Amino acid sequence: MAAATITVPPNEMPLAPSYRGKVGMWCLITAESAIFSIFVVAYLYYAGKSISGPTPAQVLDVPWFNSICLFSSSLTILIAEKALHQGQVKKFGLFWFLTIALGVIFLIGTGREWYGLIYHDGLTISSSLFGTTFYSLVGLHAFHVIVGATGLTIILILTLFGAVKQEHSAKVSVFAMYWHFVDAIWVVVLSVVYFIAR
Amino acid sequence: MSICAVIFLVVFSLIVYAAVKYRKRPSDDDCEPPQIYGSNQVELAWTVIPILIVVVLFLASARVIHAVEDAKFPANAIEVTATGHQFWWEFEYPKYGFVTANELHVPVSPIGTSLPTHIMLLSADTDHSFWVPQLAGKTDLIPNRRNEMWVEPHEVGTYVGQCAQYCGTQHAKMLLTVVVQSQDDFDHWVQDQKSPAVVSAQVAEGRKVFETNACMSCHTIAGTPANGRFGPDLTHLMSRGTIAAGAATNTKENLRLWVQSPDAIKPGCLMPAMQLNDKDVDVLVDYLMSLH
Amino acid sequence: MADAQPILPPMVISAERENSRPLVQVLHSWMVTVDHKKLGLMYFMYGIVFLVIGGIEASIMRAQLAVANNHLVSPETFNRLFTMHGTTMIFFAAMPIVFGFANYLMPLMIGARDMAFPRLNAWSFWMSALGGLILYFSFIGGFGLYGAGSAPDVGWFAYAPLTAPAFSVGHSTDYWIIGILVSGFGSIGTALNVLTTIICMRCPGMTPKRMPLFAWMNGLMAFLVLVALGPLTAAQIMLLIDRYLGGHFFDTQAGGSAVIWMHFFWIFGHPEVYILVMPAFAIISEVIPVFSRKPIFGYSIMVAATLAIGFISLGVWAHHMFTIGMTSYANAFFVASTAAIAVPTGIKIFNWLGTMWGGKIRYTVAMMFCVGFLCQFLIAGLTGIMLSAAPFDWQLGNSYFVVAHFHYVILGGIVMAVFAGVYYWYPKVTGKLLNETLGKWHFWLFVIGFHLTFDFMHIPGLMGMPRRIYTYDASRGWEMWNVIVSIGVVFQALGILFWVINLVWTHYKGADAGPDPWDAWTLEWHTTSPPPEYNFAELPVIRSRRPLWDLKHPEDPDWKYE
Repeated sequence: MAAATITVPPNEMPLAPSYRGKVGMWCLITAESAIFSIFVVAYLYYAGKSISGPTPAQVLDVPWFNSICLFSSSLTILIAEKALHQGQVKKFGLFWFLTIALGVIFLIGTGREWYGLIYHDGLTISSSLFGTTFYSLVGLHAFHVIVGATGLTIILILTLFGAVKQEHSAKVSVFAMYWHFVDAIWVVVLSVVYFIAR
Repeated sequence: MSICAVIFLVVFSLIVYAAVKYRKRPSDDDCEPPQIYGSNQVELAWTVIPILIVVVLFLASARVIHAVEDAKFPANAIEVTATGHQFWWEFEYPKYGFVTANELHVPVSPIGTSLPTHIMLLSADTDHSFWVPQLAGKTDLIPNRRNEMWVEPHEVGTYVGQCAQYCGTQHAKMLLTVVVQSQDDFDHWVQDQKSPAVVSAQVAEGRKVFETNACMSCHTIAGTPANGRFGPDLTHLMSRGTIAAGAATNTKENLRLWVQSPDAIKPGCLMPAMQLNDKDVDVLVDYLMSLH
Repeated sequence: MADAQPILPPMVISAERENSRPLVQVLHSWMVTVDHKKLGLMYFMYGIVFLVIGGIEASIMRAQLAVANNHLVSPETFNRLFTMHGTTMIFFAAMPIVFGFANYLMPLMIGARDMAFPRLNAWSFWMSALGGLILYFSFIGGFGLYGAGSAPDVGWFAYAPLTAPAFSVGHSTDYWIIGILVSGFGSIGTALNVLTTIICMRCPGMTPKRMPLFAWMNGLMAFLVLVALGPLTAAQIMLLIDRYLGGHFFDTQAGGSAVIWMHFFWIFGHPEVYILVMPAFAIISEVIPVFSRKPIFGYSIMVAATLAIGFISLGVWAHHMFTIGMTSYANAFFVASTAAIAVPTGIKIFNWLGTMWGGKIRYTVAMMFCVGFLCQFLIAGLTGIMLSAAPFDWQLGNSYFVVAHFHYVILGGIVMAVFAGVYYWYPKVTGKLLNETLGKWHFWLFVIGFHLTFDFMHIPGLMGMPRRIYTYDASRGWEMWNVIVSIGVVFQALGILFWVINLVWTHYKGADAGPDPWDAWTLEWHTTSPPPEYNFAELPVIRSRRPLWDLKHPEDPDWKYE
């Protein structure tokens, strides 16, 4: 049996647990991207093919404010991540809270947009192909925002109880990746729904 | 197919050869055979040759695909619009102005000339597929989509096919009959189909049963008030060899059974049992048998 | 040179004896386990149970089709049977078996203690299990046990608009959707775990180029799951929206498209079959070298071919749609991509052949199944090439020729590889050797039955018999062939019976296997049989693809040649 040890070059060593978290999250992002892609394909395929009902140009206004809020939340979460990495738990908590608040504002804005579309413009999920594909795609995204915001809130509560510390910054960053992903999806949805196919 | 047969023979014999020749024999010592890790030349060879075979197969297929799908039709091509229903076939001949069901008649295309039949494929409900193996490959009938195909048979005869895309409970009994006829016979058939339904005073009672029950809301009989589109056109029912899309031969007993209890012939089909008393069924069947 | 040896830890004999604990405790430990080995076994056993159930469904269908105009089962029941058979076999038999192998073996083979996310592993298993239970609840939900209850009857690919509320009344289609949707989440979880484990948790010294092919191929399988399951999930959510919220994704009456369902489904469906076959390739790539006593021929090319197959497989889906009336250009494209995938697949067959060539082949039952796999997969691939030519497919698509083709791949290929894997690794998992005589009975009965059924099944297809028909008229001339096909089922069932007898007999009376009964070379053979819960006391450090070869042959180690 072997006597002396072999030195193994560093890049051949098994990768650390936090790296595992990142790889795992990338895998999840891959799978989720596949799901979203299909909804985007359906949206584009059916663009202009509705038999009746209002058209996108007639009823859709670009949600500037909402989008800016959501995109800013990626910035605030990045600041929060960096703060925690440096051990500034209070700053982390503050910016984390801001992220959640911006996400919630986005959701409220989406809700208001839908209220207008349903009750003033008569666009529902069953009224036409446009309605079906619009509410499905935007709704699927909103659902992911809700899930993300819920996760963020749980982490916030844990922070308030003092359970989140500097050593957890890698794990928190993995969760933040999910939030960045949700934002990236909004870039795609915004472009497709409010610009390309309007 | 022959290319595949050759490939199979070559590779299979190699496998068998290796499996037999390189067996461990009882007389063998226990040392390991030469540990070969690979060979770039061999790998190259058995990459390049399959690529060439694949290219040949692709080119051959592409030629046939183009010839079939992008064919141009002469002006005298026969035009048929086939609409798939659960579980029967509707055939309309727009140039001649009549509709029939389940049995498609086409003229033969004599060798040397070109007389194809061009078939538009639509569907009234779910997906179906038109497949008569001896005449052509299958093409699907998909709702909200216009597909097309053509046949150009060179031999007179009767060809059987059936629906080839699962469409529901009675997908199995959605048969197709294609009757390829000489030009004269075909013209004769067209004339018959164009004429309105035979009117006969002897079956007036049966006709009354037909027209006072729900029959006419599903079926059409040309020249009468019956103009339903849900079920097959019955104007020339007796010109067909089978009923219920090939599920039974077109005889008096089968017609009677069909009207009384469709589920006995084709369980799960969409024709309801008409709940008629025996006398009504009898006169109704007499009426149906008059529709030549 | 002693200082260049791999470091393999001494094996620890586990002192734990589970038999002495009360049954309740044992069952509880299985229910709450996060150990990849226990989860792998549960996946495997779950898959086997559904394999048998799916087999019973198939047997009833074959009995119905053996006689023209038969009345053994009603058309409604038959339609539910073929839907459930297909759905069960793909999602609840084949996928769990594949995940079971990956789960149990892959961490051992890369020198890891467990998967990257053990709790996610457990969650994924139970989600998959739940999906199967939901689907099978459909047999008793709805109308009760009469006529196969409310089981789905729309075919395993559930084409629109047959699945629309207008044509699919009641909840049978919903069972199909939800059962698969739920288990799909489990599959994505497992795939995530497998891929992360392979990327992050290889033991020191195991660069990707020294990883066993089993790990490469299962890694690709995991990647395909991540990319391909999404489209199915998306399409099923869309179908639910159509059925319950009045959506029009596939509602042809409102301008929706039936074809787009086909695209979405097959964008999932084609990679799915590669998800099933890759792990079979993985097993074959491990078993053939050991029993040929040579390393795998052309390791790097095998890796390249694997990756090529994975990526090309994402671009061939519409060869399932040649008959729907796509343009000649679209059809030609898919002919090209489908034919192209034959090249790396053929390369693999040649490499396996090259491994056997010049070796000293030991015909254990596992190796017999491998040789059977090679011959049968070759034929399956060739009928696939035939079908890839669209004009050929226009005649033979949706006929029994296609049914014969894909069963050739699945039963003649994948299941044979699974049997080989079981005979090869059973000693590692249980510490006992399966009986070779019973194994040979299993092999020959199964192979005879397989060929009776699936060789002859091509013929009715060539004669014009479409799929999914519950009966046919005697005048079509198909009956004789259907009888032969149905008789083959008996032999296959007997073969499986011998297998089960073998498994049970060995449990009580099998010979002890020891840690390395086959004189093999990968890391799983350097621990006890069965392995302790922690797999390895110390993580191994390796220098080549065959660390145990290096250990056994210090004068001629692999790393000198790699």
